[in-house]
Amino acid sequence: MSRYRDDPEALRALVQDDQVHRDVYIDDELFALEMERLWSRTWVYVGHTSQVPNPGDYFTTDIAAQPVILVRHTDGSVRVLLNRCAHKGARLVSAPTGNTGKFFRCPYHAWSYTTDGALLAIPLKKGYDGTRMMECEAGRGMTAVRNVEVYRGFVFARLSDDGPGFREYFGDSLSSIDNMADRSPEGELEIAGGVLRYRHNCNWKMFVENLNDTMHPMVAHESSAGTAKKLWADKPADLPKPMAIEQFVPFASSYDFFDSMGVRVFENGHSYTGVNFSIHSSYASVPGYEDSLKQAYGDERAAKILETARHNTVYYPSLTIKGAIQAIRVARPIAADETIVESWTFRLKGAPDQLLARTVMYTRLINSPLSVVGHDDLYAYRAIQEGLHAEGNDWVSLHRNFSPEEIGKADLTTAGTSEISMRNQFRAWLRYMLPAQETTA
Amino acid sequence: MTPTEQDLIRFVVREARLLDEKRFDEWLTLFTEDGYYWVPLAHGQTDPVLHTSLAYEDRLLLQLRVERLKSPRAFSQQPPSRCHHLLQTPEVESMDAAANAYVTRTQFLYTEARLDEVQQYAGTAFHSLRVVDGALKIVLKRVNLLNCDAALPSIQLFL
Repeated sequence: MSRYRDDPEALRALVQDDQVHRDVYIDDELFALEMERLWSRTWVYVGHTSQVPNPGDYFTTDIAAQPVILVRHTDGSVRVLLNRCAHKGARLVSAPTGNTGKFFRCPYHAWSYTTDGALLAIPLKKGYDGTRMMECEAGRGMTAVRNVEVYRGFVFARLSDDGPGFREYFGDSLSSIDNMADRSPEGELEIAGGVLRYRHNCNWKMFVENLNDTMHPMVAHESSAGTAKKLWADKPADLPKPMAIEQFVPFASSYDFFDSMGVRVFENGHSYTGVNFSIHSSYASVPGYEDSLKQAYGDERAAKILETARHNTVYYPSLTIKGAIQAIRVARPIAADETIVESWTFRLKGAPDQLLARTVMYTRLINSPLSVVGHDDLYAYRAIQEGLHAEGNDWVSLHRNFSPEEIGKADLTTAGTSEISMRNQFRAWLRYMLPAQETTA
Repeated sequence: MTPTEQDLIRFVVREARLLDEKRFDEWLTLFTEDGYYWVPLAHGQTDPVLHTSLAYEDRLLLQLRVERLKSPRAFSQQPPSRCHHLLQTPEVESMDAAANAYVTRTQFLYTEARLDEVQQYAGTAFHSLRVVDGALKIVLKRVNLLNCDAALPSIQLFL
């Protein structure tokens, strides 16, 4: 039974100014609509150009629950193709990464395609003489995503032709990607260190909301960060602090710390915490690194780049980044109650290896399926996924620091413990969930 | 003390038993001060520093895990997980008494259960051991999971 597809009023009723209906997390039809509308009409992160340095290099993933290939075309440009043979629909490549040479070749009937998706050859092609195959979808080759944007190496795609332009969609939130890339003396990032893939038995929005949820660390992570703090408390003050302690302990910071951090929200659901400082602000400096930045940018600009230590920036709905430590997390929704969270790390080109070692350690300690921090986060998400099946209260509260004046503001900075980032996400959610003709209404 | 092959095998079997019986404080004492527990993320991974791992933990981080498990606020352990190591007889890979370096290779099936959920993993564990004050200790326990590169759920205890 379809309750939402053809009923914009039913969709509108799910999102109030300060609370959302539980169905947004648990309803299968809404999940399907999210993929079809929200995840297709917005700019979703696909991958990074450094993953496909040479012609024929490809990387496979799913966006909006559809299989896609990010590939470096023969002419050097980066293309996003749907991973489906035009003939009978077989997924063309299954490996996470590889090099396909000059063309993709289907393992079933050997239809082949150039790396821009165009049909190259079909065995015994004369069998199609006199048929209308070439005028049909099959004759057009692999479906290429038309709307692809590369921003400082980050590749985003909008599957639907209906939707906002890239700059219009992200606006000034792109400054967080800039800060991450600017931290390289060469201004360039390179994916390095592998990918952690953590299976979450919860809705993707619980993970995305959590990135700017600053009221949970001191509670959910007391057993991990709090224990780290205790273990280090009785050590001599002059003993150098291990990187792991430096990374764990700030999670146990006070409410006041997280409140003073500040949060900034942008139109279309984007936001970041850590406007003023963050849990990444007091990491020890790496010998030689600051000097190389000063050489590249001059003292003033280098200082500015380094003092920008944002906590998490959410590029709604798919990507969350930590510029200050060059780590990103990508949400890959599978079902209403299943999401894969990928954690990638970057090498800052021209910077000492110690910075890569730092982000590799951070992502392992915090984002691995074996992470004691991750365990308690996922426990909370799963508890919500199960708890929301309870009748009697249909609403999830997002009231903290709500003010009617925040509605319609395209760029707003406020107290770090506000739930404004989540309200902001759901305003965008509703905008892109309504049928196209309703969006501007 | 120069360990025999039987000593090495007995050590690995006892290590698994301490984990399965949740005697984590005792388990921790099996590691040397500079010991590591390593679960690589990639098959054949050689670098734990510049490449991410599922886990790469020194004594301090292992102690953190063990202390956390005792915390009443370790929410993901309410109720707690249980684990079970089914080992094939360990093989001795190398014995070098002069260098005080011993390596065993153990095929295992690991099961972790919590409430109605059961997870199972197959893999190979390598124990690099050293004699310290007359007792064998772990310098490195490396756990190669068959599906280390898969999207995994929370694995909460020790493989």
